[in-house]
Amino acid sequence: MTDAPRKLTWRIGEVVETSPDTPRTKRLFLDVPGWEGHRAGQHVDVRLTAEDSYQAQRSYSIASAPEDGRVELLIERLEDGEVSPYLTDEIRTGDGLELRGPIGGWFAWDAREGGPLFLVAGGSGIAPLMAMIRHRQATGSGTPVRLLFSSRSYEDVIFREELERLAAEDETLQITHTLTRSTPPGWKGYDRRIDEEMLGEIAFSPDERPLVFVCGPTPLVEAVATALVGLGYEPTRVKTERFGPTGG
Amino acid sequence: MFDPAFGGVPKWMYSRRITTVGGIGMGRGFISRGFRGKRRQAEADDRVPPGQYLVEGFPVLSAGPTPHTPLAEWSFAVEGEVDEPKTWSWEEFRALPSEEITRDIHCVTKWSKLGTTWEGVPVDLLLEGVDTAAAYVVAFCDGGYTTNLPLEEAMGGKAWIAHTYEGEPLPPEHGGPARLLVPHLYFWKSAKWVRGLRLVTEDEPGFWESLGYHNHGDPWREQRYWGD
Repeated sequence: MTDAPRKLTWRIGEVVETSPDTPRTKRLFLDVPGWEGHRAGQHVDVRLTAEDSYQAQRSYSIASAPEDGRVELLIERLEDGEVSPYLTDEIRTGDGLELRGPIGGWFAWDAREGGPLFLVAGGSGIAPLMAMIRHRQATGSGTPVRLLFSSRSYEDVIFREELERLAAEDETLQITHTLTRSTPPGWKGYDRRIDEEMLGEIAFSPDERPLVFVCGPTPLVEAVATALVGLGYEPTRVKTERFGPTGG
Repeated sequence: MFDPAFGGVPKWMYSRRITTVGGIGMGRGFISRGFRGKRRQAEADDRVPPGQYLVEGFPVLSAGPTPHTPLAEWSFAVEGEVDEPKTWSWEEFRALPSEEITRDIHCVTKWSKLGTTWEGVPVDLLLEGVDTAAAYVVAFCDGGYTTNLPLEEAMGGKAWIAHTYEGEPLPPEHGGPARLLVPHLYFWKSAKWVRGLRLVTEDEPGFWESLGYHNHGDPWREQRYWGD
């Protein structure tokens, strides 16, 4: 790391598409001129500026694969939020969005690093993990992946259709859902918060030395990471990132 | 420390690139159509650094699982470029005089929290009588985390080893049993689960400082990332 650091400059991406996802989330697709690419799992900083120069900044994980020409951000609308309601309700195709990045070299995965990969997501914490799943798909990596995904209800499962499609066509991608608040009629899957027993049933065994990425609200991340260490997974191979109204 | 097979140095960190698009001048004067924002109360304005927003809660941020070191196995060390290394057991450490500190804290992930109250042992006290030629200090922690700062920014009443938060023992997810507290820098410098200070003559970038985050981290100069 002797090379000079690259300065992260602010630049304007153009919103080229917006797409509703779940009732509380929206997908933004950006064309960012000169985008150098990113690693799956990295984020960008977004900066909004009002007419009177008032500014607000937030970080958003990149949900798109590095191989995708567009940068996709997943926005969860926070009721009392300052930035997210603007991004879900106000911004539209053709608008500019000021951002800089990619940022963060720790919570990131490159297909060449192999696996197996065990991903644990809570709600919008799926975003950086989705980038990893899409990156794996785009590179044709055969790395086995298991995703354990906790959502409030079936309607709240972010990227549900794409995840179902990807899993249906690839037996090395295994997806398990747990629904913590309500389940649809006939639901046979998990219906509780992620716990040690569930992790024991779903995760690769510690002997397989999976690379683990956990992203979600702090209580989920704390519970999962602590349980994994208790089950014998190597702490240095468990990477965590907190999501939520105040976690970044 | 960390599994080298997992991670490595990403390309964006070592590749030097001339950015032709979005270079100097771009972004200046840009207005986000339709954005009004939520203004905070004016009296807080001079306490919130650029790009930060206020929170009431206390968010948690860490790179991996929370370590849980039993107090019986805990110790704190001052080592490195010193004439004589020092260590304290938990009991010895807690027997040292502590100060109460009330400060605003600022996380690089954009949140700021005003008026947090801590109790901790001043770093000045831990370094008292230490004879050193070092100009920098590396805080090292359970879990392998490190962070670096100039020695003079860890002294002179600017840094503590905090063991109490808002009157209660510091919870593990916030760095307990003890964390470095350097509130004048971005909060990643306030290393959780700290186990000692290593004095060094040459600056050694720590964990986040090696992963694209600013080496110094002054929130008032918005030193978030390399090159800021």
